Amino acid sequence: MTTLPAFGHFHLENGLEVVVIPDHRAPVVTHMVYYRNGAADDPLGKSGIAHFLEHLMFKGTDANPKGAFSKIVSDVGGHENAFTSYDYTAYFQRVAKEHLARMMELEADRMTGLVLDGPEVLSERDVVIEERKMRTDSEPSGQLQESLFATLYVHHPYGTPVIGWGHEIEELSREDALGYYQRFYRPDNAILIVAGDVEEAEVRRLASATYGKVKRPNSDRPERRRVREPEIRGSRFVGLADPKVEQPMTQKLYLAPTYVRAPENDAPALEVLSQILGGSQTSRLYRALVVSQASAVGVGSWYWSDALDMGQFGLYAVPAEGVSLPDLDAAMETVLAEFREADVTPAELSRARTRLIADMVYAQDSQAHLARMVGSTLTTGGKIEDLAQWSERIRQVSAADIRRVANRYLAPGKAVVGHLTKAAA
Amino acid sequence: MTHTKNRTRVSAVKTDAGFEIWHVEDYTVPVVSLEFAFQGGAAQDPGDRAGLASLMASLLDEGAGNLTSDAFQEALEEKAIELSFDVSRDRLSGSLRTLSEHADSAFELLALAIREPRFDADAIDRVRAQMISGLKRDETDPGALTRNALYRIAFAGHPYSQPVDGRIADLQNIRRDDVAAMKKRLMGRSNLILVAVGAISADALAKGIDHAFSGLQAQPDLVSLVPTGMDGAGHVEIIDLDIPQSTLYLAMPGLGRKHPDFMAAHVVNHILGGGSFTSRMWQEVREKRGLAYSVWSTLRWSAFADLFMAGTATSNERVAESLAVMREEIAKMAESGPTDEELEKAKAYLTGSYALQFDTSRKIADHLLMLRADGMPIDYIDRRNDEILAVTAEKARAVAARLFGSARPLVIATGRPQGLA
Repeated sequence: MTTLPAFGHFHLENGLEVVVIPDHRAPVVTHMVYYRNGAADDPLGKSGIAHFLEHLMFKGTDANPKGAFSKIVSDVGGHENAFTSYDYTAYFQRVAKEHLARMMELEADRMTGLVLDGPEVLSERDVVIEERKMRTDSEPSGQLQESLFATLYVHHPYGTPVIGWGHEIEELSREDALGYYQRFYRPDNAILIVAGDVEEAEVRRLASATYGKVKRPNSDRPERRRVREPEIRGSRFVGLADPKVEQPMTQKLYLAPTYVRAPENDAPALEVLSQILGGSQTSRLYRALVVSQASAVGVGSWYWSDALDMGQFGLYAVPAEGVSLPDLDAAMETVLAEFREADVTPAELSRARTRLIADMVYAQDSQAHLARMVGSTLTTGGKIEDLAQWSERIRQVSAADIRRVANRYLAPGKAVVGHLTKAAA
Repeated sequence: MTHTKNRTRVSAVKTDAGFEIWHVEDYTVPVVSLEFAFQGGAAQDPGDRAGLASLMASLLDEGAGNLTSDAFQEALEEKAIELSFDVSRDRLSGSLRTLSEHADSAFELLALAIREPRFDADAIDRVRAQMISGLKRDETDPGALTRNALYRIAFAGHPYSQPVDGRIADLQNIRRDDVAAMKKRLMGRSNLILVAVGAISADALAKGIDHAFSGLQAQPDLVSLVPTGMDGAGHVEIIDLDIPQSTLYLAMPGLGRKHPDFMAAHVVNHILGGGSFTSRMWQEVREKRGLAYSVWSTLRWSAFADLFMAGTATSNERVAESLAVMREEIAKMAESGPTDEELEKAKAYLTGSYALQFDTSRKIADHLLMLRADGMPIDYIDRRNDEILAVTAEKARAVAARLFGSARPLVIATGRPQGLA
């Protein structure tokens, strides 16, 4: 009952990879193109270029100039957007199914046809600067997040924010954007995903007639040359104090390998560990800190499991009135130590597995969600079969596996701790 | 243009206890989504107990019957059942999602939460502390500050002026008796609306619903509220916060959902600032001038008041320019309405995009619940596009002039905006 629907999967001659996810409940489709490049591929000194280019991709081509694409999407009642992550950049439209061919034509056109020759490049750079102000400069918690990542990753570009550093965004030029575009935007570096009320044969036909005409450049496919994060032995502390902070909090981050990098079944084990540690109201952190000790009003944990390179594991706590952050850190460490020293209970293990496996069933209720899962899997080194096998891998995680990964990755001394506190005005 | 027929078929299921459920039966994915709401929400909070409805709603899944909070949560998680409650000014709403194989257990837990919530002292203290923590965070959150100020000023003297999540001092005074009384006041059989989508038969659904809700009293005990207009037209409120970017909102009186001109207003708003990347405001504020990452406008209707709102976030030194541009677009719309081309495109967009609201069980359920809350008939989803297509240029111009003609917005800016005062 947790089996995924059968996906279509093939390549066009020019190297474009295509995935089809049929879902016939509503007469609509989700059309996405993922490029296998993201912020972690920004050239040194040009942080933010992947994201800036994502904005510029809406500016137009010779065939469809000046925002024509967005106008057409809107004319047919479609939704569109784009997003940039560390490892990929993606563009999507959601439309009634009869407009799929038009969307494919337009998206194929801007794969290589982007034109940037007006004042819109600089005004769009202003938009990005405002976006950064909104997300980071006006938000102490956003600033802490940025500092924590920059501290956790001392060498790898995951330490640089996706949107870029402010001083580098201000210097990004039209030439930077075009150079980056020509390097990465090509059919053999892209994945087309169509989910919804279509069949594989139709997508194959439409894709050949549109994307199939985009020429594969003679140059080699772009390689992602990423540096490897070294093992840093010292623990580190990041403090961010701001007069605007009314609710302090503490976070603890560790480097942790993702599905494509982790040995044995460490990745599913970390996933189950995160669920038992902080994934719900019966998690260890919630029961200990929020319920028993009443030292926190909120707790949680996460595992960044779908990155191309080194991922991370984290937990956080928001203190109750009058509780100090160091006391809370100690309480979190006590909970973590239990994972390293003893097995989780069979009941905990069963609840966590049930919850995670059910999430995969719930995900099937949304074609857009499935499409995003496929896109991020394929752009971070995974295979489609990984998705089908995921539930079984979660089911096989044992208490011993959880104890092993807790010791391997969540040892004291490996953490970066971050405190958000109120500064005197 | 042609229209794809809506495939969603809604039927009315009548239960033995007299409830009517809007039901979409679909077995593609083995999941059931139930959405329901009791009409009458945070606007029913007593004046000195702002946040009471919200606190009560958050406590409904914190223990019921013989199950303490922890045991109740454990029972939900053992079967991956998702149950949550939420409060808005007009409604106390609930959401239940379950794998179809566990539907019986899901209804059992829902029934417990509805009939016998425990409201234990430790749970009250815990949820209260969580709400207070959120309110503290909101004290320096530009979005929350701006929204709260807008409602405080626009609806001064009306229950809508109170923040849904309450005030710290009020929350501290709330006792268990208040919570239990509020539950009783808000929940009745007559003010409950229900929608279910997914892999469940009409019979099983009706049984589950009756089990959960038939024990409630027939009528809720609601304070009757009166409709209110908008105060503060022409007023500019600046909320000082030391950040480089200001959050800017403006508000004007709007239109009710059942007003005969509502659809015309909806289309006009889409053209002005409601539509995606093509709206006039988006073009002028973001595309041409790079003033902001986002700019929007919306019609907000509710049971007792209706607003038109617009907003953006822009550098402090560019706030005056952004506001001037937005006001100019509003004035232009009042003056001459949309062009014929804009009108046709907006109608094409709004009719074409309707199908996108029906591609997941949850979205369908949410949308149907909203229609029920607004008092729309069960076949409305098949009529809605015709209402859009019936909006003529004349109607659009008339409603634009009416909505925006005497444009004196209430303006709220949070940050260190320059050139506004």
